[in-house]
Amino acid sequence: MQLKFHVQRNDFSRAGQAAARIKKTLQLAGIKPAIIRKAIIVAYEAELNIVIHAYHGTITANISTGQIEILAQDEGPGIVDIDLAMQEGYSTAPPHIRKMGFGAGMGLPNIKKSSDSLEIYSAVGRGTLLRATIVIGD
Amino acid sequence: MLRAEVLWGREQMDREVSCGFGCDLISDSLSFARPGCLLLTGLTNVQIVRLAEMVEAQAIVFVRGKKPGMEVIELACQKNLPLLSTQFFLFESCGILYQAGLRSF
Repeated sequence: MQLKFHVQRNDFSRAGQAAARIKKTLQLAGIKPAIIRKAIIVAYEAELNIVIHAYHGTITANISTGQIEILAQDEGPGIVDIDLAMQEGYSTAPPHIRKMGFGAGMGLPNIKKSSDSLEIYSAVGRGTLLRATIVIGD
Repeated sequence: MLRAEVLWGREQMDREVSCGFGCDLISDSLSFARPGCLLLTGLTNVQIVRLAEMVEAQAIVFVRGKKPGMEVIELACQKNLPLLSTQFFLFESCGILYQAGLRSF
């Protein structure tokens, strides 16, 4: 099963809707709450990264019997130093974003913690592709 | 206990909460707040309601006398999520509830 959502820069009133829809679908599919929790942390953080940092992009969830794959693809400035971006507390978010409770530099580290595998490809000036998988298990 | 004003959901004040979580960061709330919790926060933007829905919080208490705008109240109404506001600080609010027996888990 595939779910795909368009995500727009600065659209904070709708941000989080993709993750919420993915959560509902996983609940209906009878996935365990602990697995759903991991998937929504990945989906929400990836969605908000597009809203905060990119111009626009998509969040795709591919749900199969063995795993949940979350793909976040955006057109945007890209990530200059992925290793640095993966460090807890490192953030490039501007002050008005931080005032909203974001930009604490925990987005990518939380995605990594909640994924069973994570790949990030980024081209500066073009965009970023993030692919995370969560194993469903027994 | 928190002398809180009910902003929305007065008829749902008999809801039971299993634990409490206090935080002003969205990412930390998403990672650590537990289902069934009472969420205490100083954040008043619409994302806190989306987050509460995601972590299955029972209600939100806005601390430091903060009150959200109509967009937030309308979304909470749609999501059937009670909203309260207390004059106490986050630290004080958590302390009062902890003393009354509410825990993190």
